[in-house]
Amino acid sequence: MRVKFTVNGEERTADDVWEGESLLYVLRERLGLPGAKNACEQGECGSCTVYLDDTPVCACLVAAGQVQDREVRTVEGLGSEEELDPVQQAFIERGAVQCGFCTPGLIVAAHDLIRRNPCPKDAEIREALAGNLCRCTGYEKIIDAVHTAAAHSRGEATS
Amino acid sequence: MTQMTRTSNPPLTTPITGGVGESPLRPDGALKVRGEFAYSSDLWADNMLWGVTLRTPHPYARIRSIDVGPALALPGVYAALTHEDVPGQNAYGLEHIDQPVLAVDVVRYQGEAVAIVAADHPETARRAAAAIVVDYEVLEPVDNAETAIFGEGVPKLHEGGNLVRYVPILFGDQDATAEVVVSGTYEVGMQDQAFLGPESGMAVPAEDGGVDLYVATQWLHVDQQQIAPALNLPQDKVRITLAGVGGAFGAREDLSMQVHACMLALHTNKPVKMVYTREESFFGHVHRHPAVMHYEHGADRDGKLVYVRAKMFLDGGAYASSTGAVVANAATLGVGPYNVPNVKIEGWGAYTNNPPCGAMRGFGAVQACFAYESQMDKLAEAIGVDPVEIRLRNALSEGSVMPTGQLVDSAAPVRELMERVRDKPMPPARTSEVDIRTMPGGASNTTHGEGVVRGVGYGVGIKNICFSEGFDDYSTARVRLEVIGGEPVAMVHTAAVEVGQGLVTLQAQIARTELGVQRVTIQPADTSVGSAGSTSASRQSYVTGGAVQSACAAVRAEVFDLARERFGVSDLALEGGKVVSASRGVLADLSDVLGDRAVEHTREYRHRPSFPIDPLTGQGNAHVQYGFAAHRAVVDVDVDLGLVRVVELACAQDVGKAMNPDAVIGQIQGGSAQGLGLAVMEEIQLSGAKIRNPSFTDYLIPTILDMPPMTIDVLELADPNAPYGLRGVGEPPTISSTPAIVAAIRDATKLALKRIPVRPEHITGT
Ligand code: FES
Ligand code: FES
Repeated sequence: MRVKFTVNGEERTADDVWEGESLLYVLRERLGLPGAKNACEQGECGSCTVYLDDTPVCACLVAAGQVQDREVRTVEGLGSEEELDPVQQAFIERGAVQCGFCTPGLIVAAHDLIRRNPCPKDAEIREALAGNLCRCTGYEKIIDAVHTAAAHSRGEATS
Repeated sequence: MTQMTRTSNPPLTTPITGGVGESPLRPDGALKVRGEFAYSSDLWADNMLWGVTLRTPHPYARIRSIDVGPALALPGVYAALTHEDVPGQNAYGLEHIDQPVLAVDVVRYQGEAVAIVAADHPETARRAAAAIVVDYEVLEPVDNAETAIFGEGVPKLHEGGNLVRYVPILFGDQDATAEVVVSGTYEVGMQDQAFLGPESGMAVPAEDGGVDLYVATQWLHVDQQQIAPALNLPQDKVRITLAGVGGAFGAREDLSMQVHACMLALHTNKPVKMVYTREESFFGHVHRHPAVMHYEHGADRDGKLVYVRAKMFLDGGAYASSTGAVVANAATLGVGPYNVPNVKIEGWGAYTNNPPCGAMRGFGAVQACFAYESQMDKLAEAIGVDPVEIRLRNALSEGSVMPTGQLVDSAAPVRELMERVRDKPMPPARTSEVDIRTMPGGASNTTHGEGVVRGVGYGVGIKNICFSEGFDDYSTARVRLEVIGGEPVAMVHTAAVEVGQGLVTLQAQIARTELGVQRVTIQPADTSVGSAGSTSASRQSYVTGGAVQSACAAVRAEVFDLARERFGVSDLALEGGKVVSASRGVLADLSDVLGDRAVEHTREYRHRPSFPIDPLTGQGNAHVQYGFAAHRAVVDVDVDLGLVRVVELACAQDVGKAMNPDAVIGQIQGGSAQGLGLAVMEEIQLSGAKIRNPSFTDYLIPTILDMPPMTIDVLELADPNAPYGLRGVGEPPTISSTPAIVAAIRDATKLALKRIPVRPEHITGT
């Protein structure tokens, strides 16, 4: 089948898509957008988190056919060529990236949290990111990064 | 006004930033946060095929026949290969070459590879693999390590029998007696490394008949050494480049899809990509050895240890992998960081039909630490002192002698580490204002505090850093200094694998410090430069760090020769992009001295030698360096439901020199989290040698809700033998967090808890 949808503001078409293919597969293998990661394909790890019509979803759980005529935004669509999104910037600055495999999913999830809650508390950050596994960092620097990103997004300087 | 005297020139160089001891940002960070970093599962080539592995569902079976015909009949399938198609030696292995690339007439564990398929779509490949017909004669599996070695009538799983290695450690008086004796049997379940980036890579056939492999691994050259004979190719025709690695933790030290992808690529003459699913990943790599350990500690009335005797059985599973070295670690480190005058430890590593076990962060030291720390708590109770005190009374220190007879000849601050975690302020007690999200059970709203008991526990551990027992453990670095765009730039090339720990950052820091240049580029790791050894045993900062440092020193010496010729002075240094003389100040810009020359040197670095241990007594200077960390854990336990919440972890660790302080903290936090996982949730559950939970739905790793805040103290007590005085960082925090958490649960519940992970039913007794 043919699937047509908007990705990161651009209209894209994928041809010869199999029934069983997920949005994640189409993004990664057909559209050259490997930013969203595949670490479980069961909705357990959050590595594949992308925005679908402005709501974060696990792309591995979304059938490709479901996104027809809808809008998808991936980690590649945050920030610009010249400038990183504050969440991306904060993840680097606060050492929240080690192997980085969890990072794209966490960044989309954190980005969404900060949009909804510009000043999240620790417990709120934990709740919002509970579906994103990270095996390297022990999460503490990820929490730091979300605080920093939230402060940047509010226009505050952080040290 | 201050009196001014003129004694020397003011410094005229602008210091470079991001050298050793600082925490510059990771050079791969921007790519990673943008989603543009190419992991091994992100690779792609024109006309690429997908490779898939057919694995046996049986832990032990004879293969009567394999028919790949039905797979080849499917449209889109390009190849279906079996053991008959392995071009060279159908065997590989890290310590023993005992594992077939593809099974021949027997399968020894559930998930062993039997056939491989290449097709133009991964789903086609999967269906084709499923269509292959294998006729098995199913056999009764051997699923217990002790039975495998000592049981009667147990089938021999390998030609030499079921013993992989026996390691005795005999020290002092074997018949020593003591006034106070405590004993116990402790068990550790099988833990999975559970890196997030699955096994994957792409093999591309080359015009010269060789193959280029892009893969996530831990040691490029040991892969090359194993792949080439299997493909019947000379090593230089198997060129390996490191693809982005999504975590490793030991699980990538053995081969997974490497030979399979190369075989399919050479057979089809097309690039072949293989990516394991999560389920396949549980079958696709080795795990942490499950262990059963019988311990007896004897002490005097003051709690001073008189003897330790132990028997430990480690289950190596179907193939040896690094079982031999894991058993040696468990045994040589088996009394922990304590002074013990009389020791008898025996360790056995067995072949069984369970999933193969090998390297995982902590490597044998983890299992032993759970046992000896449980024993130390028991002893404290028997003596009537607190758990910290018993550890202080027996603490190892510099100048102590290990049960192998090896002198501890650099800092061993066990006492200070313990005191530091003890003296940290306690987290606030629970108040009546309960946020259920901070309760055991969390948002599932299982308690508002009723039935919840707080406990505190301690753990301290010891780990050998670098490869031991006389292994020729080295790394190679090539450093090139030249002027690019008017500026001196250092290029560092090694085969050392970045798995997330920050080695790429560190290599650049070292080059900046040694060469006084700001700009450093790190070349992709590949096999066109000499071996760097493995990214394991907490060794890369030490060994590859040492190699980069010495290659830089060679480059610097040549630059000094040039400067000496030109300026006639010899008290030279490189600082801030300038050549500087101690007596005459800045002599020239480094770029000026270099001109259009590129100065390049390659150096190997070896740490001081280690030695084999005596096979009968276990005596010998087996280890290069010891690392130590201590934890205090505070937990809340819902004793009615058996649910545990770790409230806080405090950790103190000696790192010799914090080469990159932020990265050190990151290692301690991440390592502690993996120890927490082993303490309370992580286990590959086996039944009849079959894995019951090969998914992230059923194999749980800590989430952000499970990991508590940590307070961390980092000590920097230089080891004079190591580059910059550093001590390996990655493993020690994984080792001591587990027993600390279990001790805290014991403190809360007063239960003996002899097995990890502690499950709710162990607490509720149901
Ligand atoms: S890959 Fe989608 S949640 Fe894990
Ligand atoms: S940084 Fe490796 S999984 Fe999160």
